Amino acid sequence: MLKLGVPSKGRLMQETFDWFAERGVQLSKSGSDREYVGQVEGVDGVELVLLSAGEIPRELAAGRIHFGVTGTDLVHEKLVHWADVVEPVAEMGFGFADLIIAVPACWRDVTSLHDLDAVAARFRADHGFRLRIATKYHRLVRQFLTAQGVADYQLVDSQGATEGAVKNETAEAIADITSTGATIEANHLRILEDGLVLKSQATLWKSHSAGGDCGPLIRKISAQ
Amino acid sequence: MSQLRAETARLLAAFEANGAVRVEADILQPADVLLDLYGEDIRARAYVTSDPLRGEQMLRPDFTVPVVQRHMAVSAEPARYTYAGPVFRYQDSATGREAQSEQVGYEVFDRSAPEAIEAEVFGLFHQILAPLDLTASTGDVGLLRAAIDGLSTSDARKAALRRHIWRPLRFQSLLARFSQPVAPKTLGADGQQIGLRSAQDVQERLAQLEEEATAPPIPAAEIEALTDLLAIRGKLPEALKLLQALTSRLPSIGPAVAHVAARIKALDAAGMDVAPIGFEAAYGLTAMEYYDGFVFGFYAAEPGWPAVASGGRYDALTRVLGQGCAVPAVGGIIRPEYSLRATKGRLSC
Repeated sequence: MLKLGVPSKGRLMQETFDWFAERGVQLSKSGSDREYVGQVEGVDGVELVLLSAGEIPRELAAGRIHFGVTGTDLVHEKLVHWADVVEPVAEMGFGFADLIIAVPACWRDVTSLHDLDAVAARFRADHGFRLRIATKYHRLVRQFLTAQGVADYQLVDSQGATEGAVKNETAEAIADITSTGATIEANHLRILEDGLVLKSQATLWKSHSAGGDCGPLIRKISAQ
Repeated sequence: MSQLRAETARLLAAFEANGAVRVEADILQPADVLLDLYGEDIRARAYVTSDPLRGEQMLRPDFTVPVVQRHMAVSAEPARYTYAGPVFRYQDSATGREAQSEQVGYEVFDRSAPEAIEAEVFGLFHQILAPLDLTASTGDVGLLRAAIDGLSTSDARKAALRRHIWRPLRFQSLLARFSQPVAPKTLGADGQQIGLRSAQDVQERLAQLEEEATAPPIPAAEIEALTDLLAIRGKLPEALKLLQALTSRLPSIGPAVAHVAARIKALDAAGMDVAPIGFEAAYGLTAMEYYDGFVFGFYAAEPGWPAVASGGRYDALTRVLGQGCAVPAVGGIIRPEYSLRATKGRLSC
């Protein structure tokens, strides 16, 4: 039996169900709406596993599920050398989100990473600690800033409501995902011109280590 | 294992015979000092633990920091130290290198003539490693620092370049930016005042940007000379000739070049054959972030090996750790796992 991991909640789950339904595969929750058990119709030998989107990369890497639906951002962040352990089967065309770096809009002088780097040097000299960037995407943001040559910053962990970190004075800048930019703007922040770290969308991934005959499901969803 | 222990003991004894005092350092180091020193990049290389009570701790990524701290706290110069033990660094699986590896080190804090101390440390490593078939490479970060000081540009631009000496890509992009007239900048839309960076800080930088907008580009001839400096590589005697020739185009490197010449003379006086020793002006600018003067490494011809030994001068690090009180410091480490393998490789042929 092949296991297909799907986000267990909200819009991402519903859009995933819709996406598969358009391709002749019906996914559904069985039993009560609160129960995390599911059914698959339209293709044989596939079982539905409902999981937190954040855990799907780990389960794919471990080979405990054969397929999984989750964002590019989570796979790239959570799996070192992700291309060695999973491969994208299909980009699903929803769940679009950009991982971006944003600074307070009142920093009129800072519009690029070059400015951010210059300000970071000055901030460290003035305040005695490194300019703080709040994020939950530690690896991606660090790799990006290293490649871009930004120095004298530090990452502080923020697992939610990250856009509020500057106002709360727990950080000077943020790195977070956004789809419309509305939350960024509402929190008096502005995205840097060259501050796009990663473009993400919901993607169907296949595990390299889980084995099994993945052909039937892949053929079924590609037939449309 | 017993062979490794014997090799470690042999190296320690060699350093002790040169007057070094054996010191220890904790494996678990407070993360804040190392993070402050190396920045966020260290997290991609060193093991950070989270202790619910003490906060973040780091598995020792090198001995230099604890040894410098110990020296600054208790000792006076001159002082020579040696140490041995494991250090911990993340390794990419592709390199096949272990995350835990051994180091045996030698550090000198001494206010005598800089070239004499550099020649002592390099000479000692050279002598210990002489039986192995290794290639020695050297460089001097002081040359690039002196070249930056001499550029016809503002102090702010020089400071920006100096700050990125150890990030060659960023350094090159800054150099390219400063060699052009300043591109007009569109300021960001204003917003509500939030965060620790004050409105006054923003105003100050806006004024700086305005001043910067009229800054003339760094003359092309100077950029070219700096690029030529970074391209210098060869054996020590030839490289010195190239450096000396370059001083007519980059007068500010004169004293740094004289220092390179004095060091070669000191090595020569110690009876070392300087002809086969390599020199690269750009050596040590990617990997050795805290070295700010003379740098060296000894390499085996084996693909994938790290340097069997490496070291250099790190005066600036002592200034940071000593809260402004600096000590001239030169030191280096040998990786006994690799010096041992290089020895075995030699015996088997």
